[in-house]
Amino acid sequence: MKHPHFTTVGRALGIGALMLLSGCTLDVLTPKGDIGAQEKTLFLTALGLMLLIVVPVILMTLYFAWKYRASNTKATYMPRWAHSTRIEVVVWTIPCIIVAILGVLTFKSTHALDPFKPIESTVKPINIEVVSMDWKWLFIYPDYDIATVNQIAFPVDAPVNFRITSSSLMNTFFIPQLGSMIYSMAGMETKLHLIAREPGDYAGLSGNYSGSGFSGMRFRALATTNEEFEAWIAKAKAADNPLTPASYAALLQPSQYDPVSFYSSTPTGMFDNIIHSTMSGIAGLDPASCTPVSKNLIAGNN
Amino acid sequence: MFGKLSLEAIPFHDPIVMATLAAVTLGGIALLGAITYLGKRKYLWTEWFTNVDHKRIGVMYIIVALIMLLRGFADAIMMRGQQAVAVGDSMGYLPPHHYDQIFTAHGVIMIFFMAMPFITGLMNLVVPLQIGARDVAFPFLNSLSFWLFAVGVVLLMLSLFVGEFAATGWLAYPPLSGLEGSPGVGVDYYIWALQISGLGTTLSGINFIVTILRMRTKGMNLMKMPVFTWTALITNILIVAAFPVLAGTLALLTVDRYLDMHFFTNDLGGNVMMYVNLIWIWGHPEVYILILPCFGAFSEIIATYSKKPLFGYKAMVYATAAIGVLSFLVWLHHFFTMGAGANVNAFFGIATMIISIPTGVKVFNWLFTMYRGRVEMTTPVLWTIGFMVTFVIGGMTGVLMAIPGVSFVLHNSLFLVAHFHNVIIGGVVFGCIAAMTYWFPKAFGFKLNERLGKYAFWCWFIGFYMTFMPMYLLGLKGMTRRINHIEDPTWQPYLTTAFVGVCLIALGIGFMALQLYVSIRDRKQNLDVTGDPWGGRTLEWAIASPAPFYNFAHDPKVDHLDQHWENKENGTAYARPTHYEDIHMPRNTGAGVIIGLFGLLMCFGLVWHIWWLAIGGFVGMILSFIVRAYDRDVDYYVPAKEVERIDSAHLASIQKAV
Repeated sequence: MKHPHFTTVGRALGIGALMLLSGCTLDVLTPKGDIGAQEKTLFLTALGLMLLIVVPVILMTLYFAWKYRASNTKATYMPRWAHSTRIEVVVWTIPCIIVAILGVLTFKSTHALDPFKPIESTVKPINIEVVSMDWKWLFIYPDYDIATVNQIAFPVDAPVNFRITSSSLMNTFFIPQLGSMIYSMAGMETKLHLIAREPGDYAGLSGNYSGSGFSGMRFRALATTNEEFEAWIAKAKAADNPLTPASYAALLQPSQYDPVSFYSSTPTGMFDNIIHSTMSGIAGLDPASCTPVSKNLIAGNN
Repeated sequence: MFGKLSLEAIPFHDPIVMATLAAVTLGGIALLGAITYLGKRKYLWTEWFTNVDHKRIGVMYIIVALIMLLRGFADAIMMRGQQAVAVGDSMGYLPPHHYDQIFTAHGVIMIFFMAMPFITGLMNLVVPLQIGARDVAFPFLNSLSFWLFAVGVVLLMLSLFVGEFAATGWLAYPPLSGLEGSPGVGVDYYIWALQISGLGTTLSGINFIVTILRMRTKGMNLMKMPVFTWTALITNILIVAAFPVLAGTLALLTVDRYLDMHFFTNDLGGNVMMYVNLIWIWGHPEVYILILPCFGAFSEIIATYSKKPLFGYKAMVYATAAIGVLSFLVWLHHFFTMGAGANVNAFFGIATMIISIPTGVKVFNWLFTMYRGRVEMTTPVLWTIGFMVTFVIGGMTGVLMAIPGVSFVLHNSLFLVAHFHNVIIGGVVFGCIAAMTYWFPKAFGFKLNERLGKYAFWCWFIGFYMTFMPMYLLGLKGMTRRINHIEDPTWQPYLTTAFVGVCLIALGIGFMALQLYVSIRDRKQNLDVTGDPWGGRTLEWAIASPAPFYNFAHDPKVDHLDQHWENKENGTAYARPTHYEDIHMPRNTGAGVIIGLFGLLMCFGLVWHIWWLAIGGFVGMILSFIVRAYDRDVDYYVPAKEVERIDSAHLASIQKAV
């Protein structure tokens, strides 16, 4: 019996892979910030370690199948051979070693890349509060008292501290070229710390399906120079469009593919109020309201 | 009177659904007409629907699985089509609400109504034969399990034509699946279809554990049990441990939706992550429930066709058991992005990697089973080799994503989608098709066409790589799953390649259908007269094909792992017994069908809030179960003379063949 299939398929696959790879950029593997860069290294290191074992196994599978094919009567045939302590020791040991190495790598990298851990830097961090809504992103800059929909900006080399929540459905906040994503969940706060090292206009998106408008839950993340950032803030300030309870209520209405918009001011403590609004039902409060009455909505009503 | 149900529930405005409805209705009428015309109604009722023979039930499970494969695949090809065209200005041909139901249905169908019945069917067909038993421990319960499962299938298919299906993704995460996120009946269809078929699965899990532990033939201690039966045992233990968690989770979601409770809602103290944790505590063992029996089938196949015993049987057993235990310790790796602390994430990441050790050992054991063997390149072997090559790649990408730092950039991406299709198609689907080809003669008495089987394999194999390799790359480009519109035009070539790949898989499915047709047409040429067409090693090959309804004319005695092969070696196989005895057998019963029908009415009533129907269905289920429990005429004896006649005919045909 002849087996030309294996070689043909192998070649076809190789050529196909090359064709696909040539002239393509893989966003996750072309990071523009520290977190993304570490994750890229982690990905490639783990991949390489595992290929050390995966490639030989694939080759051995094909070789054994070919060598010991029934028509090859010259090959050794041992119809009762089914045990070899030596082989068994080897096949348990090799995966154990690889997993041990990967385990150490995992433990270290998981601590280093903990999304809640602030990035150490001498540059003053930018604080951005993120609210995923149906189906758009609301960004609040508490230090600048502005807000935007579907666009953020931050200076290159400045750590960016995100506080993230959701007004209703669950999403993930993700800028592929900068690194880690994390869930946005109503009534809960997650944190994420990113930094950009190159200026650029990066895609941002939600990675967690959240209903019919999900495909349009995209935003742009602009990594800028300090001057450009100041100008961007000034542009928002000049929008003359304050974010009020009424305009927030309008934002709460589901909508899709919303254009970028700027809000020149925001109520203080708005992000906390949005987090607490989902829980305020317990305290018998009107959950729709996000008018800040106190830093702690529930305590403030007592 | 009819709750939320009205004529508006039928989607007249959707041409795709209405055309399907027309095809299903016409096809159903034609099928019913043909059955009536051929006078096969009684045959269908007595020989199949009410039959408690484990082999017949197994075949029915597999037939349903194959039909649902077609439905799930139709969803798949529609999704690939949508993503290939909906780029830039084009929004494609599927509006979001329809597209969202399609990918939800695809996942639900492929896991619950294709893969699950396929492996349950295989276990039904094979396990009692491998352990030398007459049937499963509780034959009526087995029939009931099948019909409860069938109700789930009917509900799911109904949702296509009456109302809608969930548009939430296959695990229906709240708050999207809550009343606010999904006010329609889609999620209710989802809940009740899964609850009723899950009940069937749990009952069948109990049945198989008892069968395997209590009904093995003389001399077969646990470490002489064929490896497929071992994997079936572990899988059923996992089923019994995990499925109640699913039932409980869905019950909590149900009271959220029906009784205004707030376990998983955003307000009043509910917490969505509770649902996500719970559903994955079931969900991760579930994937091992699917893959372990396939590992078992590959082990049998590779040993049989290599003409050698399985290498490292004991290691295989321990590896299977280890995977079973570890599968309960890794659920959190499905949502590292929840924001758990670094230690928690690291623990679950490392626990996940540890599973790759026993899995890796299994791969090596299959390798060394071929080593110094005489490997016959039959269709099942091609599927097995295709599986080994594909599965290690899928395993590798799985371990990659088990590293929290990597998961942070690949979570919910197409890389993930490619990974789990890599292991589920490469492992479960390849395994089920290989196993079906391997055990087909035992069920029907003739072999499947080899040439068409190989064509099907090559289409599936190449089609799989063409579809999912571009998806790995798209995941690295930052494309997430479940989007119905693509903004970035540079993704389109990959999506087009994937679409061509999925068309190739369609061709593979076409070849499988053709293979079935041609094999049935030419069955006379491919008869399996000896009952042992492949030179088998385990007990199921010692009896005639198709297996007689009582399985073994006399209880076999086991001293070796590969008993039938040893018997053939020392010439004691096919020895005529000195005398025959009466065989005690269970009687047919229609109770399973009737309880199932009441279950269908109950679930339909619950979905549409038709309370009188729901209560009526529930009472009907309980009453018909009680009536059945008081039925004393549940068994009979096959006279020794009859056994002797059937067995002699088999021995004579072996004599003639040798």
